[in-house]
Amino acid sequence: MTELNVNNRQLRADVEGDTPLLWVLREELQLTGTKYGCGVAQCGACTVHMDGAALRSCVMPVNAVPATAKIVTIEGLGQTRLKVVQEAWAELDVAQCGYCQPGMIMAAAALIAQTPDPSDEDIRSGITNICRCGTYPRVLAATKLAAQRLRGAGAQR
Amino acid sequence: MSAATTNATATATTGSTRRHFLKATGLAAGGLALEFTLPVSSAVAQTPTPSPGAGSTGAAPAGEVTAWLLIHPDESVVIRIARAEMGQGTLTGLAQLVAEELECDWSKVRFELVKPGANRARARVWRDMGTGGSRGIRGSQDYVRKAGAAARSMLVSAAAQQWAVPVTECSVEAGTIRHAASKRQITFGAVAAAANQLPIPEDVVLKDPSQWRIAGKPLKRLDTADKLDGSLVYGMDLRLPGMIVALPKACPVHGGMLVSFDKQAVLKMPGVRDVIKVDDATLAVLADRFWQAKRALDALPIVWDKGPNASVSSASIAALVSEGLQGDTPFVGNRQGDAKAQLQGAARVIEADYGTPFQNHAPMEPLSATVQWTAQRCDVWAPTQVAEAALATVADAAGLDITACEVHPMRIGGSFGRRLATDYLAMAVRIAKQRPGVPVKMMWTREEDMLQGRFHPVTQCRLRATLDGQGRIGALHMRIAGQSITSFVNPKAITANGDATVFQGLLAESPEGHFGYEVPHLLIDHAMRNPHVRPGYWRGVNTNQNAIYSECFIDELAHAAGKDPFEFRKEHMAKRPKHLAVLQAVADRAGWGKAAPKGVFRGIAQYMGFGSYTAAVAEVSVKDGQLKVLRIVAATDPGHVVNPQQVEAQVAGSFVYGLGAALFGGNTVKDGAIAETNFDTYGVMRLYDMPAVEVIVMPSGGFWGGVGEPTIAVAAPAVLNAVFAATGKRIRQLPLKDTDLSKA
Repeated sequence: MTELNVNNRQLRADVEGDTPLLWVLREELQLTGTKYGCGVAQCGACTVHMDGAALRSCVMPVNAVPATAKIVTIEGLGQTRLKVVQEAWAELDVAQCGYCQPGMIMAAAALIAQTPDPSDEDIRSGITNICRCGTYPRVLAATKLAAQRLRGAGAQR
Repeated sequence: MSAATTNATATATTGSTRRHFLKATGLAAGGLALEFTLPVSSAVAQTPTPSPGAGSTGAAPAGEVTAWLLIHPDESVVIRIARAEMGQGTLTGLAQLVAEELECDWSKVRFELVKPGANRARARVWRDMGTGGSRGIRGSQDYVRKAGAAARSMLVSAAAQQWAVPVTECSVEAGTIRHAASKRQITFGAVAAAANQLPIPEDVVLKDPSQWRIAGKPLKRLDTADKLDGSLVYGMDLRLPGMIVALPKACPVHGGMLVSFDKQAVLKMPGVRDVIKVDDATLAVLADRFWQAKRALDALPIVWDKGPNASVSSASIAALVSEGLQGDTPFVGNRQGDAKAQLQGAARVIEADYGTPFQNHAPMEPLSATVQWTAQRCDVWAPTQVAEAALATVADAAGLDITACEVHPMRIGGSFGRRLATDYLAMAVRIAKQRPGVPVKMMWTREEDMLQGRFHPVTQCRLRATLDGQGRIGALHMRIAGQSITSFVNPKAITANGDATVFQGLLAESPEGHFGYEVPHLLIDHAMRNPHVRPGYWRGVNTNQNAIYSECFIDELAHAAGKDPFEFRKEHMAKRPKHLAVLQAVADRAGWGKAAPKGVFRGIAQYMGFGSYTAAVAEVSVKDGQLKVLRIVAATDPGHVVNPQQVEAQVAGSFVYGLGAALFGGNTVKDGAIAETNFDTYGVMRLYDMPAVEVIVMPSGGFWGGVGEPTIAVAAPAVLNAVFAATGKRIRQLPLKDTDLSKA
């Protein structure tokens, strides 16, 4: 039995230890917002946060996830201050097919959590997720917008 | 949100209805046939188009005001969408067109997806559901606008009857009907039930696009919210009670066979239910979970008979195709004058050979379908671009009457043409048939998706031309050699003149796309050479390579003539004002003719495809052999624009898709199989490589062109021409990653 802390809930899953975190989230915990795209950590559709850092969950065996690690998925992001990323995404109508977008949003959120005022180059090299529809220009713009909003919110406090 | 609500049905209503307000124009089937003949089964093709008065018994289903929309007492307006939504924005555009004529409150608009079985049961009241060839909006704009207008007319009539006033004294705005003289008003929601009982008017007058208030505006998409919080259930995400999963594997060499597999080696692995033969070339592991099936699939000993193509390589395919570059061919697409004779007698012939490789669609969502089969009924939940053909495929594979089957279309995680094929649906049904009553979710691994694609066809082109005394093109012969998609997808459509679709954008006159240049002696022909790798319609289809060949070679001719590439093009475009207008627009915006920043070089291209005019200027730098695409200025004239910000997104996306393929992509063949098995070997464009894209949307009116595909054609040639400007090197074989630019 594997214990996980996902979106601030302590959960248990009865899976083989080599099962990637991605499939535990999707099939045991029914958190299907985290997507399968490649299975080899190339595309980033499976991106979640582990203790605040972006993680490609498709290559992370669940038995290697520390029981104390805090996992946040796209379903839980809206309960955090990083929901501004989703809001910026909605405002700029970023998504096309949408399949890569949860991973893209999680990657952008982790980036601006770490780099509050990212340059274009920071975003270009920091978000390596694949989008086949070609939402990149709006991903760039929305990431900057979200970062700006988050800085504004911080300054108001 | 549950799957059931995400993929809300367009009602399970069956039976005939009098709601056939649309005249039979044959547009749905005939329009698609212009460029594509999709593998729609005869069962679907023979379904009669609704005619006025047909089946005029029974009342309209409750809530409907025409088959295209439901208006509820809470004022919500549900617009039915028959075309597939795969990211291209058609869903929102169609809803805008209906809402525009309906005059409803846009904030109250929702959508639901039509099901092909329901469409069939209602005599195709929602018409063609196929979504390819950039036809989603242009192929349905006429009848969906008429539906909106008819519904508005019915709502107004119902209100006028209630008030006993003439309809001409009533006005409508944002879902409210008013009678000014008596100062009365009523909302759509309050009058919809009465409107539902009225006959559907057949002659409605559509607004002139200049009067549009909802259509033509940069509104946000209707289908975004559930994409941002993970709640949208795609085909890969569906979960049904008691469901098991299936991971298929087919012979990696197309046309090869499955000989045997040793299922005892994996049956004791956790969660594994069985390993089954699906068809002559395919097996599948059945398990409780994806990873259990994947683990077993990787460990399973399999014996293939790879067949006669087991030793085919990229080199042998290139040799097969290049053999078609010379000699005669009966397949002529465009002929003016006598180019061959001119070239034969010419003192100077400019000549070049080009080639483009296979490309995988590689949508982010791999193929999937969930099937529940019993001896009485078959239900399939799946993403598809051709719902009606999908239903026919399902019925055939299920061994059931089509009326005992339904396909529940899902919103699609990218497709780009891959799901115009229905191979994966037949496969899923064959798997589920071996587990009667059990819902089976078939999922393709990325590796399977890469190996079993329907690839952008492989072609080469030999171009030969002469220049006259004024440095204009005297004669041009363009010989395309290579694969025909039609010959695989629909061999019956191959005529004595070959496959007409290989000449996309190169024909003398075609509403889909005519050749942009006036050349006195012109010959464009095709030599068909079909390797065994299965081809398919890949975003942009044949305009991709045709534009690379023609637009790069035109550039070569401009340089041979000692002329500016833009001015040289202009000299040949006097009779093509719309082609020229987009070209002029990008030249002006990019500052063509003015000095570029130091180290920055420009290339230009134009092309017409899918009924739209497109052009681009690319700005690049090449430093130490490293190409950087810095800026793209693109223009499109699609006639009418329904949502400019979505057009802009499609144009930018076209550059990502087209440049990704041309620069980093390309599939190779080794030992008969596709060699690239995942994104680590099949290169795509990422954010790091993305240039700034400026889009000029310049609809000139009077026609309806496509949006999703046309602009992709100019992406690669504009960049390749800029690479020449930067390096003096012509890239004639793609992908560009195979060329060492540091040696330029």
